[in-house]
Amino acid sequence: MTENGSRIASPADLSARREQLIAEDVGIRRILVCSTGCLAIGAREVEAAFREGVAAADLQGEVQVVATGCHGLCAMAPVVVIEPNDVVYGRNRIKYVPDVIEQTVKSGEIIRRFCFGRDPEMAHLGDIPFYAHQTKAVLRNVGRVDPQQIDDAIQRGVYEAAGQVLTSMEPDEVVEEIIASGLRGRGGGGFPAGLKWKICKESPGSTTYLICNADEGDPGAFMDRALLEGDPHSVLEGMIIAAYALEAAKGFIYVRAEYPIAVEHIRIAIEQAHERGLLGPDILGSNFSLDIEVREGAGAFVCGEETAMIASLEGERGMARPKPPYPALRGYLGQPTIINNVETFANVPVIIGQGGVKFAESGTEGSKGTKIFALAGQVNNTGLVEVPMGATIREIVFDVGGGLPKKREFKAVQMGGPSGGCVPASYLDLPIDYDSLREVGAIMGSGGMIVMDETTCIVDIARYFISFCAEESCGLCAPCRFGTVRLKEILDRICGGRGTIDDLNDLERLAEVVQKTSLCGLGQTAPNPVLSTLRHFRDEYLAHVADRTCPAGVCTALLPEKEVATAAKEG
Amino acid sequence: MSAVDIGPALDVLDDLAPINHGHVIPLLQAIQDRYGYLPHEVLLEVSEQARIPASHLYGVATFYAQFHLEEHGRHTVRVCKGTACHVRGRQIIQEAVDEELGIKPGQTTEDRRFTLETVACLGTCFLAPVVMVDHDYYGTVNPDKVAEILAGYE
Repeated sequence: MTENGSRIASPADLSARREQLIAEDVGIRRILVCSTGCLAIGAREVEAAFREGVAAADLQGEVQVVATGCHGLCAMAPVVVIEPNDVVYGRNRIKYVPDVIEQTVKSGEIIRRFCFGRDPEMAHLGDIPFYAHQTKAVLRNVGRVDPQQIDDAIQRGVYEAAGQVLTSMEPDEVVEEIIASGLRGRGGGGFPAGLKWKICKESPGSTTYLICNADEGDPGAFMDRALLEGDPHSVLEGMIIAAYALEAAKGFIYVRAEYPIAVEHIRIAIEQAHERGLLGPDILGSNFSLDIEVREGAGAFVCGEETAMIASLEGERGMARPKPPYPALRGYLGQPTIINNVETFANVPVIIGQGGVKFAESGTEGSKGTKIFALAGQVNNTGLVEVPMGATIREIVFDVGGGLPKKREFKAVQMGGPSGGCVPASYLDLPIDYDSLREVGAIMGSGGMIVMDETTCIVDIARYFISFCAEESCGLCAPCRFGTVRLKEILDRICGGRGTIDDLNDLERLAEVVQKTSLCGLGQTAPNPVLSTLRHFRDEYLAHVADRTCPAGVCTALLPEKEVATAAKEG
Repeated sequence: MSAVDIGPALDVLDDLAPINHGHVIPLLQAIQDRYGYLPHEVLLEVSEQARIPASHLYGVATFYAQFHLEEHGRHTVRVCKGTACHVRGRQIIQEAVDEELGIKPGQTTEDRRFTLETVACLGTCFLAPVVMVDHDYYGTVNPDKVAEILAGYE
């Protein structure tokens, strides 16, 4: 039997360790306190209070308090899930903890005021529509494990797929499995992951490098953050499998420095995986070795673009490089390099676990599996959501998201961040996948979904995103460097009440030039928010330039003075 | 201007040795961790020791938003510019913070108490609009709360 903390010598050893951990936990009930996103609103104090409360009630032998990743329902933060039957309590405060321990943990009673919607019928996780309409595949462990304890991950079966791959599959078979799954890159582009791996394997070079893109820079996106914070070992497992398939010996995780908890958790996970022989030399007793180095970003959005990320890793200014050659052919230090997003890697163990063909049964014709979305803006259940590809916008915003607050009217959902577009209400029943979104002028992007109501000015949103891109442009190529700034100036004019009909034509023409002639993805997609809003909300632009009004009441230069004062007050 | 102690920078160079071109960003990050910013004298010394042109160090340092060449205030205030914050009225929060501190984003107050920064997104969209002071988050902020929040930092 494996000793606690010792190296795991083989897949059989890993299974034995897992069974042992499961046996040790029989009869233990757990209180799962979100200690990542919810930290922003006092979760650490709540967790400490639960620990003290459990000790004071003399329950240590049977009740365990676990600091987990995100439970998803961020609108109810801080969120706590109480086993065995997953009672979900939100808005937890230290002063309420004694009541929760006394009534719910000890006596199994439900306390109405902490329930979702203050409705005792929605006390359990499965009762809440927010969860009932989701499919947790990639997020299966997030909120269920202590991300700082590798044993929790092992107990949930993490690293078993890696064990299976290392001992019973050839590298090419792994690539074939990923191709069969139909997995497409989750970072935004949607390129078939297996095909990218195959191209990389066929590229000449002395070393192959693997990079995990965790530079989640899209405003309004927090999927990768949640995965790294809540289940870092599954991301590492995905990287181990990919590295084996590609015969790479060195990996990087390029993570956004603005995510300190993610950085901390992935560093701890790497250290623990080394101690157990799950990283480093001869992983799980095979003769495959892998080292993974964490690199923190330094605050440049463009570094999410793969060639700029490579430049950054090489110690350069994060400027994009012309493609081709694609990094799969010539990337980091001129060698074949695979860059995949966090969520893409997290999908890999799922695919190996169930088989590529089985994985391809879920989702739509061209987009397989599930997708994680960060749902925010004017929506009741702000949070982290995982649904099968092909779910409709209506299902996500209304069934999972609980609709808009104050019974406001749904106007649009912004998808794909600064590279994406605004999808109007007429597409509420659009099944979401890579291709359908592209058809309506948006993109899947990394998965940010910002819901907007009638108080959001669409022109102002277009201006917001183009300002973002203008600031973040690396400045290398002229179409992006100048084009984004000129687009912003036109939108400033329109929002400032000085726009003309001609401005709309100029916007359209310039947007197309920037789209077609920019060097990298940032510039090529920067005009999308402008073009998609011009396409779906032309009336609102016309109201600004022809009628000199802002229907949403946002652009102050276009409001009567009295309304300006009220708008400022209401925010 | 008082002389800057080079010692901590030399420790960083030792820790990261052997240094190659690829280490420039982690190197600058480590130096900024020690000094709070990137002092000119230190960058020149590092350039000499690590045999990396100072022009390259400056090129990198001025490209990335994280690096600053001047000393920061004791506290850093960040007003989130994320989309969720934007649709929930971040602009008036920004104005209130600017007014309270009498500075613009990127600047430091004269008493070096606060440096004001913006951030593309803190990923805490459920708290929108969000202000972060050092490592503390303040959610669903309204302009009236700004002065009270800032008063908590000396």
